[in-house]
Amino acid sequence: MLQYIGKRLLQLIPVLLGMTFIVFLIVRAIPGDPAQIILGQQATKEAVASLRESLGLDNPWYIQYFHYIGQLLTGDFGTSIKTGVPILNEVWPYLAATMELAFVAMVIAVVIGVNAGIISAWFQNSWFDYTAMILALVGVSIPIFWLGLLGQWSFGVELGILPTSSRFNARDPVEAITNFYLIDTLLVGRFDQFIDVMKHLILPAFCLATIPMAIIARMTRSTMLEVMRSDFVRTARAKGQRMFLVVYKHSLKNAIIPVLTVIGLQTGLLLGGAILTETIFSWPGIGRYIYEAISSRDYPVIQSGILIVAFIFVMINLLVDVLYSIIDPRIKYN
Amino acid sequence: MKKKSLMFFLLLILVLSTALAACGGDKKESGKDADSSKEKTLVFGRGADSVKLDPAAVTDGESLGVAKNIFETLINFGEESTELVPGLATKWDTSDDGLQYTFELEKGVKFQDGTDFNAEAVVKNFERWMSGNAESTPYFQSMFGGFKGEKNAVIKEVKADGEDKVVITLFRAQAPFLKNLAMTPFSIASPTAFEKFGKDFYKNPVGTGPFTFVSWKRNDSITLEKYKDYRIEGLPKLDKVIFRSIPENSARLNALTTGDIDLADGINPTDAKAIESNDKLQLFKRPSMNVGYLGMTVTRKPFDDKKVRQAVNYAIDKQGLVDAFYEGQATVATNAMPPVITGFNEEIDAYPYDPAKAKALLKEAGYDGKEIELWAMPVPRPYMPDGQKMAEAIQKNLEDVGMKSKIVNYEWGTYLEKAAKGEADAFLLGWTGDNGDADNFLYTLLDEDSIGSNNYTFFKNSKTHKLLKDAQIEVDEAKREKLYKEAQVILHDEAPWVPLAYSTPLIAGIKEITGFKPHPTGSDRFDTIDIK
Repeated sequence: MLQYIGKRLLQLIPVLLGMTFIVFLIVRAIPGDPAQIILGQQATKEAVASLRESLGLDNPWYIQYFHYIGQLLTGDFGTSIKTGVPILNEVWPYLAATMELAFVAMVIAVVIGVNAGIISAWFQNSWFDYTAMILALVGVSIPIFWLGLLGQWSFGVELGILPTSSRFNARDPVEAITNFYLIDTLLVGRFDQFIDVMKHLILPAFCLATIPMAIIARMTRSTMLEVMRSDFVRTARAKGQRMFLVVYKHSLKNAIIPVLTVIGLQTGLLLGGAILTETIFSWPGIGRYIYEAISSRDYPVIQSGILIVAFIFVMINLLVDVLYSIIDPRIKYN
Repeated sequence: MKKKSLMFFLLLILVLSTALAACGGDKKESGKDADSSKEKTLVFGRGADSVKLDPAAVTDGESLGVAKNIFETLINFGEESTELVPGLATKWDTSDDGLQYTFELEKGVKFQDGTDFNAEAVVKNFERWMSGNAESTPYFQSMFGGFKGEKNAVIKEVKADGEDKVVITLFRAQAPFLKNLAMTPFSIASPTAFEKFGKDFYKNPVGTGPFTFVSWKRNDSITLEKYKDYRIEGLPKLDKVIFRSIPENSARLNALTTGDIDLADGINPTDAKAIESNDKLQLFKRPSMNVGYLGMTVTRKPFDDKKVRQAVNYAIDKQGLVDAFYEGQATVATNAMPPVITGFNEEIDAYPYDPAKAKALLKEAGYDGKEIELWAMPVPRPYMPDGQKMAEAIQKNLEDVGMKSKIVNYEWGTYLEKAAKGEADAFLLGWTGDNGDADNFLYTLLDEDSIGSNNYTFFKNSKTHKLLKDAQIEVDEAKREKLYKEAQVILHDEAPWVPLAYSTPLIAGIKEITGFKPHPTGSDRFDTIDIK
């Protein structure tokens, strides 16, 4: 197992390297000049040229690329052109904000999605099955943007029970320790703030959970249906075992592998792809961080930001692969 | 089994944390209500976060808006105008040739870190800007020609004359010199602080303004609190100001309605009616200092012909656009600069909506019916609330007179860069003034010197060039106005633009807010605001 993990980690190097190269090229292929954007519309041509020079943007792209890789190898992720802050120093709060949101969203998606899928399969063709699957279809097709604003309007503006933006109440700011505010509020013993942070999480987390929830529900249902038709399930039922155990113990364990794959992929997507949710709910996460870097052509932030997200993505995939063999002993890695 | 133990672990954490929180509860009373009864806090929601809190080092409005409350300038703009009033300087004199300015400084003022504000501090600030570069002090170069030793530099030297007097000598007269000094980028910062923090000064800003910097959570909020020794007695009225970034316009309005924020910038004109009919909210209107326009690149066919450009001016129903997309929060533009700017030519009327005349002019010009590209602005701005829909309306207007067009979209950064290279046929754009001076509109947007930066139409005219250049050094206000009025007549006739609208940017706030006066430059001072 350790050998397998080691091998997988080694394989990551060319993958990530290839990715840096592609991102590097794409970023430079889009028109727009970071120097012009920093200096604003007022700037003279000379000023833009001299800033380009001082940022090293006048070098040929391959020199810039090797320079960048050289920096990466020494653990230097570069410095934001826009803010002048080293990326490693400023990226953590954004990353933590997204991870907290994605974690809560995934818990919601998995708990509801998996159970809805199981019950739909268990009571196939029942009203529950139909309703759940229609909802799942709506869930994958609904525009997040619209759903987010609708949530804000109904729960925030009309009912007035949930806050509509950001991670905490601006009048009573959370003291950042780990930058996971659910944890930070507890560390300083502010339970009222913990509840407040929780409330701020509800709308964006549900919004973000919608698509993965729907996908997980559909996936669970179809694999469960398959498993529940197999011989060992019939045997278990023939032995007189309670249906609940047959479904949740025997069938689920066999059906969960493809679901786990989907969960892994969706978690990865949430980490990088929460841009819309983060924008609507003013969530200061990594998606918005990279998105804003793209708007201002902050090359180092785009490159290193995507690199960090990609790294997490492949690590989650690795984790999922390892989980396979823990859940299903028939899967072995040599 | 593993799952069960994990669940147990999670449950344990929850129970423990509840217990822990219950113990901690006594120490701090449930913060919110206890605080708000004593402290007056204003939460201001805006579209983006600041880049840096060093006014000298930035060009973005969101940074300058915060800096305006931490720092002060030698000369201020009036409360709701760009008229010049005393700031940190109580009085100033200009020599007859316009080459020497003497400022008398307010006495007894201290920076927020305790450093004395005096002539030496002012000199050090000028030294800092003048010896900077395009990256460290971008606005300095565009407003004052260049840095120390550069050939276009306007400022020759800045000297202290005793404790409370500063003398600035120029290489050549610059008419908008005082207006430039009133811009937030030229705020006076504590020399102790910028010498101590160096490159990190933007994270530790110290000025003489009504509020001191407390904290900054990137992409989320910036907190300022009252500067207790502020030089003006009784101000600021608020204890705390929090700037919160909420990028989406509708989400920002939602946050205002739910009470998450107290004041929301960038309100869509379409939401104005709903706000006015909500008895918990009020609408503030920022005096207009902008212009939205349709530019035509004069180096590209068919717009290289003046008649075609005039035809487009006749073809577009400007009043229709203003009614449909600005919801009455704008007036039809007649010139390249708004009426609040001194030198505005009232005698010029907008081209009337006259499709027949447009058709005739196109025929006269021998327009071959070639389809043009019409670029739609991808981001909402006060001067252009919905670029896409406006482009569609304009497309219809043009089609009516026989000019076919294709609407083109680009991402904002790409849009500006491609337009600056002259790749657009016709494009929607706009401008908000920096310092309330005509130069900042006409020269910046339509002079040949600005081709490649802000003159996206590539318009070039020797007569307007001379007029605008002369106006830059004309110190006599009346003569200067005349030059600008003359330039506007030529620009109207040459028609590189279809000026569309002067819009009124909207801000919404809770009813309890008093004393808020939105400033035309877009940077607001919060010292006079109170919450009832």
